[in-house]
Amino acid sequence: MKLTLGPAPHIHDRVSTRRIMIDVLIALTPAAVLSVLMWGWYMLLIELGSMALAEFLEFFVMRILRKKKEFVPDLSAAVTGLLLAFNVPAGITWWTMAVGVMVAIIVGKEIFGGIGNNPFNPALVGRLFMYISFPVAMITWPEVKFLHFWTPAYDIATTATPLGEAKLHGVAAASQLFHGLSWTSFLGIIPGSAGETSALLLIIGFLYLWWRKIVSYEIPVAYIGTTFVISALFWLANPSAYYDPVTSIMVGGLMLGALFMATDPVTSPVTPRGKWIFGIGAGVITVLIRYVGAYPEGVNFAILLMNALVPFINQFTKRKVFGTVRSNG
Amino acid sequence: MNILNVWKFKGGVHPPTKKMAKDSKIENAVVSKHFYIFLAQNSGNPPKPIVAAGDEVKTGQKIAEADGFVSVPLHSPVTGKVVEIKKEKHPVTGRPADLMVIEKTREDEWTKLDPVKPYTDYSADEIKKRVLDAGIVGLGGATFPTHVKLAPSKKVDTIILNGAECEPYLTIDDRMMIENSEEICKGGVAIAKAVGAQKIFVGIEENKDKAIEAMKKAGAPLGIEVVVLPAKYPQGSEKHLIFAITKKEVPSGGLPMDVGVVVDNVSTARAIYRALQYGEPLIERGLTITGEGVKTPKNVIARIGTPISDLLALSSPLEEELRVIMGGPMTGIAVENIDTGISKGTSGITVLTKDIVEKPAETNCIRCYRCVEACPTNLEPYLLYKQFKKKMFNEMKETHLMDCIECGSCAYVCPANIDHVKAFKTAKLVVRTLGRR
Repeated sequence: MKLTLGPAPHIHDRVSTRRIMIDVLIALTPAAVLSVLMWGWYMLLIELGSMALAEFLEFFVMRILRKKKEFVPDLSAAVTGLLLAFNVPAGITWWTMAVGVMVAIIVGKEIFGGIGNNPFNPALVGRLFMYISFPVAMITWPEVKFLHFWTPAYDIATTATPLGEAKLHGVAAASQLFHGLSWTSFLGIIPGSAGETSALLLIIGFLYLWWRKIVSYEIPVAYIGTTFVISALFWLANPSAYYDPVTSIMVGGLMLGALFMATDPVTSPVTPRGKWIFGIGAGVITVLIRYVGAYPEGVNFAILLMNALVPFINQFTKRKVFGTVRSNG
Repeated sequence: MNILNVWKFKGGVHPPTKKMAKDSKIENAVVSKHFYIFLAQNSGNPPKPIVAAGDEVKTGQKIAEADGFVSVPLHSPVTGKVVEIKKEKHPVTGRPADLMVIEKTREDEWTKLDPVKPYTDYSADEIKKRVLDAGIVGLGGATFPTHVKLAPSKKVDTIILNGAECEPYLTIDDRMMIENSEEICKGGVAIAKAVGAQKIFVGIEENKDKAIEAMKKAGAPLGIEVVVLPAKYPQGSEKHLIFAITKKEVPSGGLPMDVGVVVDNVSTARAIYRALQYGEPLIERGLTITGEGVKTPKNVIARIGTPISDLLALSSPLEEELRVIMGGPMTGIAVENIDTGISKGTSGITVLTKDIVEKPAETNCIRCYRCVEACPTNLEPYLLYKQFKKKMFNEMKETHLMDCIECGSCAYVCPANIDHVKAFKTAKLVVRTLGRR
């Protein structure tokens, strides 16, 4: 009889990192489909191209540069690529996008040693770079052009976004431009970054991940809840100057950020209490940047700032070990 | 069935239970020709041999005597002669250890323990002495000498008989409770008498209907209460079982007696009863032969030292590369030599096929928190492993390495295929060695 050896446990639940990444891609698919319906083939090209380039770059770095023969692609780079494509205007030029993907994968992830070692969400690192380097391209939003599949997104007339318009001309003007904003932003039929527009589809995707037990609810609930509460305070103080809290959580990158970027396991805390702190912190920073800071949207900065605090949060939110008395609050 | 009164521990996992042999009655395994008995059968000091190569031995005759307090004697499983005592690689420690080979030459001629009287006629001290003389250790798998548990230095008021059997595949405790409920309960009464405890519980996972029924019926007249537990791994872990039933947490680094409890496996309770009532030393045990790698999973009673190969033959193993595990799939040890004998701690022989045990190579941790969520002791396995990779053993100790119960829940769920338990066992050895210096 031929015997195989190995350490206990001898069984495994068969969930791998790759399986998790496939589930994340499945969860992002509804929003991706909507973006293609609104902005046509060019959007599809940007999304697929970003994913392919991200995977290629990671493969190149791991197998060729770092000579890790055992490296097997786990599709985490594809997730980064797709999330980055979700975070830019649909009419972005392909080479701007390619630069963003390179920064995300190389600077955001590989220089730290690849998956698991990066302190910051790679897609947000890429987006921040693009935002600073190509400021005009990153705020040039094509109009929603439903079901004109063959019209390239870069040829569509440009328009404003709810948060951008509110920053420039005030909430009253923005509300005039976007009729029934809380509903259109819930469904996602509004201008904005390609994959961030539909709260509904993003929530559906998140619920799928939650049902698959791949993410937990703490960060999104804390993040969106905090944004809701603080936005409500601003709105109650001056309803004509600020969006109502429901609209506040629907517009901009909040849903995409809270559901899919802040929940990146590598760059968020591990314990439930840590996740609450992370989410609340991100919510506070987001609203302050939106309403007090210079930028119309603060999700990108908020999550990156909280990413930096994760080691500290993990340190101070340890759970009570079975059989011990809790030693820190 | 009421499982609402049970305190549920946080964490744990739900591997498929695969209790393949749950309806197979316990059979007596055919007695083999040769027996391979490691003197180091249990935790504590191995006993010293008192027979030599060439000596004739009878069934139940003492062949090695206890060496110190945390040590128990060993008895011959058959009537025959000692072939040799040699050094061989121990399946658990992986280091060379004394192995006694006994050849069966005749049918059983018994040497029993003396005196034999009804189990209720023994005093507390007599019970403790008999448990030691019979060489009884924890049969759940931990093999801690039972007489030591029966001599607690603190006041014990509660006995818990462990019938959780949370390891997937294994069914021997389940069958024992169905078929020998009275003997188990009487053994429980003897344990309570030995330590002066008033209350006796039996903890059984909810998926063992027949065992629950049988134990309720046998336990009621003796004042034994059956507690139905949720089926969640590792419910049978001593500390988590105590928590489930009493809500008391055994302090970190402490023992069950620190919260006034003694826990014994149901099969241990039965062995105690038989040692008292019939004067039988521990020379055999029940175990499950199971897994996808055998055609006919079954439960058997086998003599200690019976070669694994003989037991496998009873269940028709498949003709392919297999993993043969002493114990269950979560905590058992893969054997590299099936001609080795079963020990007092072998609760099962789980045979798994390659497609079940094989997993891809380890990848980077993505801090997905699945291990944190699965850990029943609230540890942070991802952090311990990170420290292990950097050889930060002192930091590991501060991260509560020594509280790890090695249940394997973290490694079971890890998407990066990290073998946490293997690393933590190594780290514990290092920490203990450093501590001794």
